[in-house]
Amino acid sequence: MRKLVIAISMLSLAASAAFADPILDRQGLMKERGKLVGGLSKIAKGEADFDAAAVLAALQALQVNAEKVDVDALFPAGSDSGDTTASPKIWQDMAGFKTTNEKYVADVKATVAAAPADVDALKAQIGTLGSDCGTCHQTYRVKKG
Amino acid sequence: MALLKKLVGAALVLGVVGAGAGWLLSAPVKLDAETLAQLGPGDAVRGKRIFNAGGCTSCHAKPGSKGEARLQLVGGLQLKTPFGTFVPPNISQDPKDGIGAWTVEDLANAMLRGVSPSGEHFYPAFPYASYARMKPADIADLYAFLKTLPAVAGKAPDNSLSFPFNIRRGLGLWKRLYLSNQPVIALADGTPDPVLTGRYLVEGPGHCSECHTPRDFTGGTKKSLWLAGATAAEGRGIVPNITSGEGGIGDWSEADIANYLETGFTPDFDSVGGAMVDVQRNMAELPPEDRAAIAAYLKAVPPHPNGYPARSKPAK
Repeated sequence: MRKLVIAISMLSLAASAAFADPILDRQGLMKERGKLVGGLSKIAKGEADFDAAAVLAALQALQVNAEKVDVDALFPAGSDSGDTTASPKIWQDMAGFKTTNEKYVADVKATVAAAPADVDALKAQIGTLGSDCGTCHQTYRVKKG
Repeated sequence: MALLKKLVGAALVLGVVGAGAGWLLSAPVKLDAETLAQLGPGDAVRGKRIFNAGGCTSCHAKPGSKGEARLQLVGGLQLKTPFGTFVPPNISQDPKDGIGAWTVEDLANAMLRGVSPSGEHFYPAFPYASYARMKPADIADLYAFLKTLPAVAGKAPDNSLSFPFNIRRGLGLWKRLYLSNQPVIALADGTPDPVLTGRYLVEGPGHCSECHTPRDFTGGTKKSLWLAGATAAEGRGIVPNITSGEGGIGDWSEADIANYLETGFTPDFDSVGGAMVDVQRNMAELPPEDRAAIAAYLKAVPPHPNGYPARSKPAK
């Protein structure tokens, strides 16, 4: 009986994960990403001290965040309507969207692999990542009021 | 019967006079000799700053091109608006397909008056309603810089506009309403220089209001809602309120604004998006004091609530 209860509760857990709102999920990941990049850019701007270990930890968290983005699961067909700023262009050009995402993931991984030793190195890397943010938001996000 | 004849006659005369007046009032007006004399010799190094402030590449670079290729000003972007589709032309130095054969006076008439070398009106999708506030000497500098860029062959397709917007001559009347070389925001005597420089950059070459200010039904910007944000002319979505009013950027410091223009990051860790991405990349090329000046001006602009309707949140 106990086993059955556990099995049922696990099933429902799995189901709730599968049926979670992809719009909320992707927004959560984007918010977390923004916070991480924001913390790093404070260091790059000299508003916070450069601590190599803390920077590496933040970059690793950024990589974990980036790798969580499963485009098929987070941007399923039909999730262009509702309370979202995702552009319909994502679904019109899914291949282009995926390529843009993959470039960002690769750039984050490269940043972790070549962890910055000083502020200037970090600045250059944040520049690359920031440009990735802009490139994707240029085409695949619609600003709403 | 005689009365009717008289009336018809009067109506005819009035109609002819009206059409004649409309024709005269809609005539393209080129710059006078006094303004042309202020052009001066032009300097390509200074012109590069104007080129970046104006963001010429955003519309005239080949769509989707990156890096150095953005200096090939071949045009061809499609701006889909409620008036129809505007296609920015080739403004490279190609003498046949581009503007390589233009004189500096031709460029000045285009940018300050919206008049082509052959004497036709340009459509204000080419933002001369903003450029009209530029100093002639800056046009000459820009001309010198454009001369250093490559000639690229290839004509961009024509605009495809709906009636009555497809009648170019009518733009002469539009210009009478909206074309002015005077600043929009009056600033008191003794206003510090960065604010004045910022006003020049934003209201003139930067043409920020072309997207950030809502328009009336004839497509003129509403000066009473200057920079209050607007429904995007293209597609869905909005262009943000950049005044300090509710919904705007009142909680951004001047340093936040300057940093956004340099790096593309907002103070709340979001990134630049949409058409602003190209604009921000151009702004990043400006000297730091120009970005600071733009920030100082935006803080001096009267605050307005959002110039676009509130978003109706869709039911879940």
